[in-house]
Amino acid sequence: MIDQAMTRSLDLLTRFAGSDLAKRLGLLEPTQRLVREGTKRGFQAADAAVKRFQPLIKLVKPARAPRVGGDLSVFDLRPTEEQAMMQKSVRRFAVDVMRPAARAADDACAPPAGFLAAAAELGLAQLAIPEEMGGFGGERDPIADVLVLEELAYGDMALALAIAAPLGVVRALVQCGTALQQSKYLAPFAEDGGLAAALAVVEPRPLFDPYRLATRAVRSGEGWTLNGVKTLVPLASSAGFFLVAAAAEGLGPRLFIVERDHQGLTISPEPAMGLRAADLGRLELVDLALPEDALLGEDDGSGLSWAEMVDSARIAWSALAVGACRAVLEHVIPYANERHAFGEPISHRQAVAFMIADIAVELEGMRLLTHRAASRAGAGIEHRREAALARIQAVDKGMKIGTDGIQLLGGAGFIKEHPVELWYRHLRAIGVMDGGLLV
Amino acid sequence: MIALEVPKKLKPLRDQARSIAKGVFRPISRKYDLAEHSYPRELDMLGALMDGMNSAGGEERAGAGKLSGGGSKKRGGESRNGANMATVLGMAELCWGDCGLALTIPRQGLGNAAIGAVANPEQKERFKGLWAAMAITEPGAGSDSAAIRTTARLDGDEWVLNGEKIYVTAGDRAQAVVVWATLDAAAGRAAIKSFVVEKGTPGMTMLRLDHKMGIRASDTATIIFEDCRIPKDNILGSADIKPSEGFGGVMQTFDNTRPVVAAMALGVASAALEKANEILAREGVAPRYDAPAFSQGAVEAELLRLEADLEAARLLTLKAAWMADNAVPNSMEASMSKAKAARVANAVTLRAVELCGALGYSERELLEKWARDSKILDIFEGTQQIQLLIVARRLLGKRSSELR
Repeated sequence: MIDQAMTRSLDLLTRFAGSDLAKRLGLLEPTQRLVREGTKRGFQAADAAVKRFQPLIKLVKPARAPRVGGDLSVFDLRPTEEQAMMQKSVRRFAVDVMRPAARAADDACAPPAGFLAAAAELGLAQLAIPEEMGGFGGERDPIADVLVLEELAYGDMALALAIAAPLGVVRALVQCGTALQQSKYLAPFAEDGGLAAALAVVEPRPLFDPYRLATRAVRSGEGWTLNGVKTLVPLASSAGFFLVAAAAEGLGPRLFIVERDHQGLTISPEPAMGLRAADLGRLELVDLALPEDALLGEDDGSGLSWAEMVDSARIAWSALAVGACRAVLEHVIPYANERHAFGEPISHRQAVAFMIADIAVELEGMRLLTHRAASRAGAGIEHRREAALARIQAVDKGMKIGTDGIQLLGGAGFIKEHPVELWYRHLRAIGVMDGGLLV
Repeated sequence: MIALEVPKKLKPLRDQARSIAKGVFRPISRKYDLAEHSYPRELDMLGALMDGMNSAGGEERAGAGKLSGGGSKKRGGESRNGANMATVLGMAELCWGDCGLALTIPRQGLGNAAIGAVANPEQKERFKGLWAAMAITEPGAGSDSAAIRTTARLDGDEWVLNGEKIYVTAGDRAQAVVVWATLDAAAGRAAIKSFVVEKGTPGMTMLRLDHKMGIRASDTATIIFEDCRIPKDNILGSADIKPSEGFGGVMQTFDNTRPVVAAMALGVASAALEKANEILAREGVAPRYDAPAFSQGAVEAELLRLEADLEAARLLTLKAAWMADNAVPNSMEASMSKAKAARVANAVTLRAVELCGALGYSERELLEKWARDSKILDIFEGTQQIQLLIVARRLLGKRSSELR
């Protein structure tokens, strides 16, 4: 069963690794035209998605993805062949599709039209969905996920978030959803990997702590009533539904499935310093009444615990930071070698060269911390500490790398001809976002 | 398969090193910090114990003489966890106990690492069991090791050495010194070779021992060579001057020893962070991994940050050692690990003193000692700045004549 699943996923990956994605995804060119269309898109995409939320498949019990497992008894830094292949195909997508689209998408505050559909061709959602739900039945492999997230964020962190947010929803449904929830909300992703959905966790207040949510869910009759505000929610204008985090009476923090047209939910755009291409928005929940089965997962809390989800998100955000920082490093190296001052390349000056060396040192440290946390998660070993440390280092060093990236370019770093100012704005998000993704 | 845990087969070695650190080093740590220049007799037994451990066979033998970048690629592309990883893990534990004492374990000197890395089989056999220190620095040449003035001249069947070496770690206690000298001062780096000089060789004089701020259990010697004659076969590597090879011969030792110094830094830093956490816990300071750092107190947030830095340094060090074990060139990664670990260790130990206040500053605890010990780790075996130069040159594709 597992072998068969792996074979299918390998087939898929091979197909994409071997194809010229940029050409295949010809609908993305030229980017400018698409972005113009994207801005006009409004809320249309959502309607189609909403209609899908009927039970599609009869399941007796929920379909879970097996953990990749694995033996961590030998120190090793080489990805498996399958992981390396996935990394390679995503890297190509990041370079050929995401990088050229990033600037215009940032201006437009939305991914270009057709972007999610194009990204869906990578097969990431299908890979995460169990076979009985119509997916390719891949294992839950956080290392593969962080390798993919690094590559996506190397392309552009905001567009990476637009891809990662629905994937997080898929993971949450796979790991926690009831049979009925999976049938209604997960099955559509197996058919169309380009669907938009997002977790809504962050709240608009200082010192946000995912363990102390201000959004409340109180029991009312057979169901729940939610009140609160969520912000920096990706794909806010196109998501068919959200997984909204709320402190549930008697249960602690839990996720609730809220469809976008639900009464009591108001969605508004909330552009921010960076990550704009992810189409960030605010959700206001006022006496939003939900049925009993809108609570994600079984009442017994089987599936991922809230703490495990927080850990997982920290790993994911750290991986995104690693990708953006690698983009900075690879941009400043040729710049410092080509830019002349005082009669020689500025890279001949230690003040410049040492900053670049420090970027490389800290970047590699961030990456290794992220990989350690992810590998432990994949093997099913306690990793709260590792996830927390990875995030702390990603927040501190990631922002330092972002600001040094601009500094190295000087005035050129501050203007929008170069992408470093974009990466700087993105990297500030790592310290703000705590939750909202899953690996 | 990506996995960054301590290898299962090396856990016994690590645990053994920890028990030595705890049972042997810690109890005498303050004693030899105060009694600088007196030889820690307790270590003779330990040297013998480590000889036994290291000759016990298996590729995971630890120790200075076992380091090598030539670890073979394992059959079927398996990951190899060998002598470099073992040494790094062991050294971190020993330095958790006491960094100065770890530097003075018999037969574990830097010179032994040089012999292990570049000696030919005949020399390895001849120098087996010899405790060898390393003599590079001179009064006029520190980081700029290409500028050394000590000369070696071939006269019949002997090399004749002349010059002055300073900061020779274990230079007095070791039985031999690996000396860097130039065959031709005009020929630059390519003419610099290393030579094994056994203690007692006429013309070699121990001039003085330095008084230091930290690692006081380890002796630091100044050695004079005046027409000091050694056998022709005591040169390590080739006597040819090949400009194309540059520093290669003598410098390749560093690719293997820098992660070991990084490991020393990890040991000192983890001792300090552990103790600071323990002392602060009495005041109710309790960092947590679930809540964000900023929703805890300022001290908790600081302790978490230090821990994250230290953990990143630890993984960088393991990576550099792993590369050496698997025959992957690791010059840049070795320097990255050394740069990060050493600066983090200094920062951690100093902050630990500050956070613990008078308890940290007083000699009643070892925190102040660790803050003194840690400083040298960011200097010897290549300063922070030299490590960054190496990393930057590699990243930017620059020669040392361009990025100076």
